Amino acid sequence: MHTVEIGSELRDFVVTNFLFGKGDDLSDDESLLDNGVIDSTGVLELVSYLQERYDIHIEDDEIVPANLDSIHNLVDFVGRKSVNLG
Amino acid sequence: MLVEKFLEESARRFPEKIALITERERFTYRQIEDRANALAQAMVAAGVSRGDRVVIVLPNSVEAVVAIFATLKADAVFVVLHATIKSDKLAYVLNNCRATGIVIDSAKAETDQRWLSETPYLRSVFIRGAAAADDEAVRKSGKHLYSLDNLQDADACAAPPPRRCIDIDLAALIYTSGSTGRPKGVMMTHLNIVSAATSITTYLENRSDDVVIDVLPLSFDYGLYQLLMMFKVGGTLVLLNSFAYPHPVLQRIAEEGVTGFPIVPTISATLLQMNLSRYTFPKLRYLTNTAAALPIDHIRKLRALFPQVKIYSMYGLTECKRVSYLPPDQIDVRPGSVGRGMPNEEVYIVDPEGNRVGPSAVGELVIRGANVMKGYWELPEETDSCLRAGPLPGEKVLHSGDLFYADQDGYLYFVGRRDDIIKTRGEKVSPREIEDAIYSLDSIAEAAVIGIPDPILGSAIKALIVPKQGASVTVQDILRQCAGKLEDFMVPKFVEFRPSLPKTESGKINKRAIAEACSEAASGKSQDFPGRVM
Repeated sequence: MHTVEIGSELRDFVVTNFLFGKGDDLSDDESLLDNGVIDSTGVLELVSYLQERYDIHIEDDEIVPANLDSIHNLVDFVGRKSVNLG
Repeated sequence: MLVEKFLEESARRFPEKIALITERERFTYRQIEDRANALAQAMVAAGVSRGDRVVIVLPNSVEAVVAIFATLKADAVFVVLHATIKSDKLAYVLNNCRATGIVIDSAKAETDQRWLSETPYLRSVFIRGAAAADDEAVRKSGKHLYSLDNLQDADACAAPPPRRCIDIDLAALIYTSGSTGRPKGVMMTHLNIVSAATSITTYLENRSDDVVIDVLPLSFDYGLYQLLMMFKVGGTLVLLNSFAYPHPVLQRIAEEGVTGFPIVPTISATLLQMNLSRYTFPKLRYLTNTAAALPIDHIRKLRALFPQVKIYSMYGLTECKRVSYLPPDQIDVRPGSVGRGMPNEEVYIVDPEGNRVGPSAVGELVIRGANVMKGYWELPEETDSCLRAGPLPGEKVLHSGDLFYADQDGYLYFVGRRDDIIKTRGEKVSPREIEDAIYSLDSIAEAAVIGIPDPILGSAIKALIVPKQGASVTVQDILRQCAGKLEDFMVPKFVEFRPSLPKTESGKINKRAIAEACSEAASGKSQDFPGRVM
């Protein structure tokens, strides 16, 4: 899948599930945690979604802000994981 | 004793010891003390005076720690609010307590400016990481501006301002949900806080070689007291912003030699889902749990995962900080109990007439001790309904509103609430506050919010909604409206649309009937829409 498509899908997921559809202000580099977009349960929901949607397995030590804490980090992370699988 | 003495005494005894470890930095007691003195001087210079309220809206950080102690050193009263508090509520609290100062992050200041324009009592803004735009906005509002960046140069040991407070003066207001739908400030004196911190550090056997990791917000009294208690005993606090990313937190526990880990049931649920075999916790001495009771199954599993660690099951109320704790040697014997009163505190159960009841009888829990609050800020009626005459002339005891029974040995078991306040994730939530948020949508005819039993949250929030005829409203509309007006933990977990809601004979929405029907539905098939899991 193309990076742009992944980006737009992930943004949709975050905006729909955590911002209830109101995500105009959310920039791609914004910290989801610091800005109150997601909390600890939100992180778990995000991980389940990534695993199911992109058919990847995420280890406990990969659940870190550098991989998951912004739309930008998420896109990079999913990209890397998919390449590793392929 | 005054609360700021916790810091001052430890800075005198252990000046070069690490007091605070944050995400990326470490601070000695001397550094924290110097910065707190410098900020206190700046507050006094800006006009903050004895008894003034100073609101602190910062994530867990060195600045938040410094601001709390600086406020006390300036003879003022600190009010810590959650960093994600919404603009309406921030303005409400600032005006409700007539705060004269606020300590706030520039990112927050930028997005939420209603607190600048609609708060006539607020005179001084102490800003972290100020940007030019914020400077401009604050200056336009006519308020005094001070940048916390100035504190970087404070290591040259400023003296604290002269102190005038005594220990029966207020030290903090801790805002909690009120049944009227507006948050109310719990008034805690220095004596209240010192008493509670002394009782808790006594039963946890805290010492200066303890290292406690705190992933709970300082706006939550459980998170705040970790700081106060570590500074009281001269220990070290590892202050992080959340447990959302467990892996780095667990690594820190090993690396920093953490001895105490305060948790809530959602953290326990996450720990139990992880493979913990790769981590070692060689120095971990205790886990504490409060907020909501741990499910018994969790207690058993945690005991198996951490066999050498003492687990303290506890129960608290903001109005007296902590009520009870279960000694760790009792956790396998009576895992469903929240224990007995703390050292230097008496707890007992009364019937509706106020008479003490015996074992197994359900009644309201009453708390007696120097940790009991002075009342709710400027709410005499609400104060009188829970602070009532105690055994000694002039004494007040706290009627908790929580129903309990005690076993033959005096150990306490939680039964439920006496009013319709929902306890979710350990926070008291007023259904009215959520209903008000929902009613602010035009398309709503009726809304009722109830709590339904949840093994992790205590209660989960459910909203039942009747839309106006012909109106179109979705679950997302409801959740978005709530998320825009309320803190995260108040956003309903379940939303259900109904054509009508049952009424009492007087025409009010019959919440009891709704709750009973929902409980029945939960045991069978449920048509709930699962909203956001908190």
